[in-house]
Amino acid sequence: MDLLQMKNISKSYDENRVLNNVSLSIKEGEIHGLVGENGAGKSTLMNILFGMPVIHSTGGYEGEMLINGEPYKPTSPEDAMLAGIGMVHQEFMLIPGFTITENIKLNREKTIPTVLSKVFGKRLEKLDTEAMAKDAKEALKKLDMNIDEYVPVAGLPVGYMQFIEIAREIDKSKLKLLILDEPTAVLTESEAAKFLDIIKKLSQMGISILFISHRLDEVKQITDSITVLRDGEVVANVNTEDIDVKEIARLMVGRKIELSSKEDEDRQIKDENILEIKDLRVKMPGEEVKGLNLTVRRGEILGIGGLAGQGKIGIANGIMGLYESSGTVIKDGKEIPLNNPREALKASIAFLSEDRRGVGLLLDDSIEFNIAFSSLEIQENFLKKFGPFKLIDKSKVREHALKMIEDLDIRCTGPKQHTRSLSGGNQQKVCIARALSLNPDLLLVSEPTRGIDIGAKKLVLDTLVKLNREQGVTVIITSSELGELRQVADRIAIIYDGKVAGILPPNASDEEFGLLMAGEDIEKVVN
Amino acid sequence: MKEFIDRLGFPRFIIIVFLICLMALAVYLNIPLSDLVSDMLVRFGMNAILVLAMVPGIQAGIGINFNLPLGIICGLIGALISIEFKLSGFLGLFVSILIAAPLAAIGGYLYGKMLNSVKGQEMTVGNYVGYSIVSFMCIFWLLAPFKSPELIWAYGGNGLRVTVSLESSISHVLNNFLAFNIGKITIPTGLLLFFAIFAFIVWVYSQSNRGLSMRVAGSNGKFAQSNGINVDKQRIKGTVISTVLASIGIIVYSQAFGFLQLYNAPLYSAMPAAAAILIGGASLKKATIVHVIIGTILFQSLLVVALPVINVIAEGSMSEVIRVIVSNGIILYALTREGGKAA
Repeated sequence: MDLLQMKNISKSYDENRVLNNVSLSIKEGEIHGLVGENGAGKSTLMNILFGMPVIHSTGGYEGEMLINGEPYKPTSPEDAMLAGIGMVHQEFMLIPGFTITENIKLNREKTIPTVLSKVFGKRLEKLDTEAMAKDAKEALKKLDMNIDEYVPVAGLPVGYMQFIEIAREIDKSKLKLLILDEPTAVLTESEAAKFLDIIKKLSQMGISILFISHRLDEVKQITDSITVLRDGEVVANVNTEDIDVKEIARLMVGRKIELSSKEDEDRQIKDENILEIKDLRVKMPGEEVKGLNLTVRRGEILGIGGLAGQGKIGIANGIMGLYESSGTVIKDGKEIPLNNPREALKASIAFLSEDRRGVGLLLDDSIEFNIAFSSLEIQENFLKKFGPFKLIDKSKVREHALKMIEDLDIRCTGPKQHTRSLSGGNQQKVCIARALSLNPDLLLVSEPTRGIDIGAKKLVLDTLVKLNREQGVTVIITSSELGELRQVADRIAIIYDGKVAGILPPNASDEEFGLLMAGEDIEKVVN
Repeated sequence: MKEFIDRLGFPRFIIIVFLICLMALAVYLNIPLSDLVSDMLVRFGMNAILVLAMVPGIQAGIGINFNLPLGIICGLIGALISIEFKLSGFLGLFVSILIAAPLAAIGGYLYGKMLNSVKGQEMTVGNYVGYSIVSFMCIFWLLAPFKSPELIWAYGGNGLRVTVSLESSISHVLNNFLAFNIGKITIPTGLLLFFAIFAFIVWVYSQSNRGLSMRVAGSNGKFAQSNGINVDKQRIKGTVISTVLASIGIIVYSQAFGFLQLYNAPLYSAMPAAAAILIGGASLKKATIVHVIIGTILFQSLLVVALPVINVIAEGSMSEVIRVIVSNGIILYALTREGGKAA
């Protein structure tokens, strides 16, 4: 029998219909994939299933849901939990200052009676820390995690947080259905592989999994059946065996997508260095760089890959002076002072941060202001003189923004729209536009496609390649997705333990990349 | 209609409706409307620069500057010194400002440095710093070596009076400058013009590259840092400008009021200013000149009209009570809004 049935679910926000007659059912112990572009309605569907308050404060939903044949009408996440539904959110729902155990057992603590509790009731019982630690350890063990359960969550690498969230859900004894919203988005490839194994193990234990992901090969690899959503409607409901990745991608986007790697072209890159990095050390928590040497040639696209926590993210942040760093960075023969973002920007280096919403954007300002600001601040463009002051020249800003919106195909209601309300892909394009306004000759890009759907991903990567080919911008892309690097980069440097483990051509074998990432010696790998 | 209210903001709509009702009641109670309007204009002019002082603070990311008393004390010192030297009229006014502004700049700089070490707690800390400084200055007022009989207690000895009359110095210099009457309503041209000049300067600054750096530092520190902006420096800048405006604001306020109020008087001065700018539609993250103007007009008009009306109806002085309820209530309302979104 089906564990969960959702029948003809519809939902509108104001006049905007985001779900239209969506039906899906999940069998016991099945792994069901839910795919769709950003904005296809996946999150709304999950919010309905999980009884999130946002649904009820905006007028509820239409349609019905059954769990084991019983009608199920959640009005709060608590209802969902009672019904045995657990959810691991895209954004972490962990309390940073609490230990791993406390987070896992939150609100389900084991307790021992005390004198007070005998008088005043159960809520005053003492925490049974030992039993809780034991439970937590067990849940972590199921996930093959060997981390001390008494460590606070704050400061752990994101990959760990993901596993802790899952540990919390599987620690719930009644768990029947686990919803995973983009669980591997923040994981590195090896972590993701481990993660997928664990999901399989969970499903063998009889827990159904609803797996939402942008990574289609993962979906293909792990699920038993797949539902594809597009623009709030179900476009396919198939067994995974009967469909391949290209077909899923095609259904999802509704237009044909090239997943092939870059066309063979004859790339002539001069043997001239634009950037030399010597003994760079960056104190970025969780991504420390420990004495890295690297040279970048003018006009190339250099990929930087490696596992999370090995320091690849730290490199660009260090060069830009966002984290305390030491060492030597020479660009065009001139040394760039470290720990000084302004000098780095003045040296014609632009940076797209991996933390798009936190560092890359002013969320409550207009698109046009976001695009123009860096150039205005650093190069004093878009200004007009007014007495002793230099005022922002709004008409120039507008003109420039309109051009950028057209060039980069930013989908928005206009240049005055706030960036908060844009989708991830369009937000990234605004960041690119801002970097481009600086006319950089070196562009550092960190995780450019994190949290972006597959259609927009290609557009973002294409934009970067186009910049490189047409304007001769040297690009350094740091990414956790090796496939992406192999698609666009001319060379790929793999970072291990804060240093370059080796540099490989994009067509090197999977095995070579894998070994380098695991810290094997380059000589040994190539031979 | 719904659209109109949405654009205006619900709190402003309520206040405007309330204000209109009070006006109607005032007319019914035979309280002369022309006096009320004249009062509104004066009160707007005398308070607006103090409210304006909130803008740079909010833009630079320190939130509402509850440490307005710091700037106010600098303004008072400036005014006292100019009286000590028997300066009057515009000369007195400008000398007061010339003495007060640098003092306020120094005070604001030190306070800004301090705020950088308590990020996220600026408003709470600001309140207590304000209390401390006012109390400390109570000692200063007693010990300060002023000699002018205008300033010290009438029976001689040491220490300044609680209220110092400005009758013989700068009282009403701005109010009377180019003032004219329309019917029975007096327009305090100089006062309004003076505010307009400062509002314009603040506006121009907020549109300039430096002002924009400050605003960006206030709205997203990490973004600002990655664009080469020194966030701490910008916050200090915002604090300094806010404090200097407060020092000028109190001089303008005092010349319209006719008295300097010392000792505990500056203690609660930040509250009405904070209330006014929040009524005007500012949030803890965003404030503009328009918010200052709308907020000051609404808040001060409400007080001007409410006090006589309520005093007639309720007998006895309800003025202080109403003022406190309205200003603190509005601050509370604005702060309880989710994430300090626009009230």
